[in-house]
Amino acid sequence: MDVQIALMLAQDGLTNGAIYALLALALVLVFAVTRVIFIPQGEFVAYGALTLAMMQAGTVPATVWLLAGMGATAALIDGGLALRAGQTRRLVGVLGWNLGYPLGLAALLAALPVKDMPLAAQVLLSLAVVVPMGPLMYRLVFQPIAAAPILILLIVSVAVHVAMVGLGLLFFGAEGQRTPAFSDANLELGPLMVSGQTIWVVMSSVVLIVALYQFFERTLYGKALRATAINRAGARLMGISPSLAGKLTFFLAALIGALSGVLIAPITTIYYDTGFLIGLKGFVAAIIGGLASYPLAAVGAVLVGLLESFSSFWASAFKEVIVFTLIIPVLLWRSLTSRHVEEEE
Amino acid sequence: MKLKHVAGSLLIGALSLGVAHADIKIGVVSSSTGPIAMVGIPQKNTVPLMPTKAGGQTIRYIPLDDGSDPTASVVAVKKLISEEKVDAIIGPSGSPNAMGVIQFVAEAGVPLLAPVGTAAVVLPMNDQKKWVFKTTQNDSLIATALLDHMAKTGIKTLGFIGTADPYGENWGKVVADGAAKKGIKIVADERFQRQDTSVTAQALKVMAARPDAVLIAAPGTPAVLPQLALVDRGYKGKFYQTHGAALPDFLKLGGKKVEGTILAASLMLVLDQVPDTHPSKKIAKNYVATYEKAYGAAPATFGGNMFDAGLLLERAIPTALAKGKPGTPEFRSALRDALEQTHEMPATQGVYNMTPADHSGFDERGRELITVTNGTWTLLK
Repeated sequence: MDVQIALMLAQDGLTNGAIYALLALALVLVFAVTRVIFIPQGEFVAYGALTLAMMQAGTVPATVWLLAGMGATAALIDGGLALRAGQTRRLVGVLGWNLGYPLGLAALLAALPVKDMPLAAQVLLSLAVVVPMGPLMYRLVFQPIAAAPILILLIVSVAVHVAMVGLGLLFFGAEGQRTPAFSDANLELGPLMVSGQTIWVVMSSVVLIVALYQFFERTLYGKALRATAINRAGARLMGISPSLAGKLTFFLAALIGALSGVLIAPITTIYYDTGFLIGLKGFVAAIIGGLASYPLAAVGAVLVGLLESFSSFWASAFKEVIVFTLIIPVLLWRSLTSRHVEEEE
Repeated sequence: MKLKHVAGSLLIGALSLGVAHADIKIGVVSSSTGPIAMVGIPQKNTVPLMPTKAGGQTIRYIPLDDGSDPTASVVAVKKLISEEKVDAIIGPSGSPNAMGVIQFVAEAGVPLLAPVGTAAVVLPMNDQKKWVFKTTQNDSLIATALLDHMAKTGIKTLGFIGTADPYGENWGKVVADGAAKKGIKIVADERFQRQDTSVTAQALKVMAARPDAVLIAAPGTPAVLPQLALVDRGYKGKFYQTHGAALPDFLKLGGKKVEGTILAASLMLVLDQVPDTHPSKKIAKNYVATYEKAYGAAPATFGGNMFDAGLLLERAIPTALAKGKPGTPEFRSALRDALEQTHEMPATQGVYNMTPADHSGFDERGRELITVTNGTWTLLK
């Protein structure tokens, strides 16, 4: 192994680490605000990438029908509630967002020559399809059991993951897909050839992390989320709606997931069930951050990426074993250094 | 009392008469969901296209899905044997799944036609495996073709990248054995996972060893990723792929970067280019045409493996019917014997010649050397 190979491995590890970092941030965020260990995080990666691939193949992505189905169910529940309370104005809003938006989007996708549109527009459209599934998922699945113990939330989260993987197979088929790169440019850094897509991935991750930081520090909604994460009951007393906080969190998680998917789809082949493994590695990183610290989770993600890359080089057959074994010393160290707090009431 | 007795025996008589006229029941276990769904879906789709009559009897297929889970395969097989009382079973789709069910079909005396990759289901032959027939080419048959080509074109060193599953492991073994005989040195032996987002590290390791050629062994589209990683890093050597890569999506995903790849597989990829004298051409063409008509896309080879199992049964059933009625152990045992005597039977994958020692039965008519030129599969001459 010479310096050049080490540099290339490091570059590869950093690229993957950037994606794991994004997912780890989303996992920490979701857990902090809603106490849900969000197993389906990875599915948004696969859905985002494969929805884009379906558009490029010239078909209306099947995910839009899932969105419409989820929307219709939410409209039925929320519409019924609004009707009973006699709030007609709220009813209009509920129907518009949950029914009008998905159907309008479906009509748009069917009418527009999506296949021949520029990549940026296709990316935006696939985000428009996949991201609203986040808040809808919260509304339909997690909001009714928001007060349940962590274990129940985890079990439900696993169930949602299994359902989404199954639907993914139905929508996208069993074979993998790739999408064209955002840019074909190659950058030469000394002995290294860095592909344009790699730069896109790393830069987007950095930009997204900075944007999230600004969002949490500067905006009212961001501060509301932080307040909920620190103390749910206290935040509620201050007039922050827990269901709004939940939906907003899931929106961000879905956005991060789908964007990650779109970013890595040109680098690797994405299958309907690829997301789980990527999400799991993000989870290892989030564990390094104790499911609470954003900077530690990001550092952990880069560590996971590098470890993965170097262990593939030395012992490719044992790569996953090495990466996931990392969780044991981390948990040991954390349980020795931190005071145990019983969360369940 | 007497009347009751008579009525009882009449009822039993009627029932046994019913059994005598019952259809031949064939259980099908495939993995149409889960990690190896890409193998199982074309197989499941093929079931409605398979022969429905043989020896004047109707064949009824009972399809079950095992979700790619070997435990579920065992449950499905037990259910087919004890509840449905099937006369034969086709499946499962995966190699580990098939290995797990052999014991149970052998105990029950039900012939199993396995469309799986690993030769371990029929080799080495023993008392249990004599109930198993395999409708795919043995890895060694394909490997010999590839290694012969390498030796002929002067390749001295070979890098190997395989999936970290039974498919990749078995290929690793077969290639190591075969390459030694041809004087080809394996300088790198790497593994990757189907869902890996990057195989850069493995590619770098292989490139550092500077092999003349690289052989990639992976079932389905995962075979593309290592090749692209090597091409992107500037590897200029020759690429070889196994019959696992023999599907249309390989070209779609690989694009220009898989140009010149050489693989050995059944004739299904290059149907129009093989001479009309090839005994399998007509059968394979018919199968592909009916499949395309039903599903709007060409089937992957895995579907052909399933179809061949149907053809083997169609050929064996009339012989077995002479020895026993469907639903009886005699019939199943006779069916096994008849399958073992299959002689010169052309099917979609090649020509089957079963013997007590060889339950796969392919010869060199079951493989073609194929290359990619201008984005299409071309027969290598």
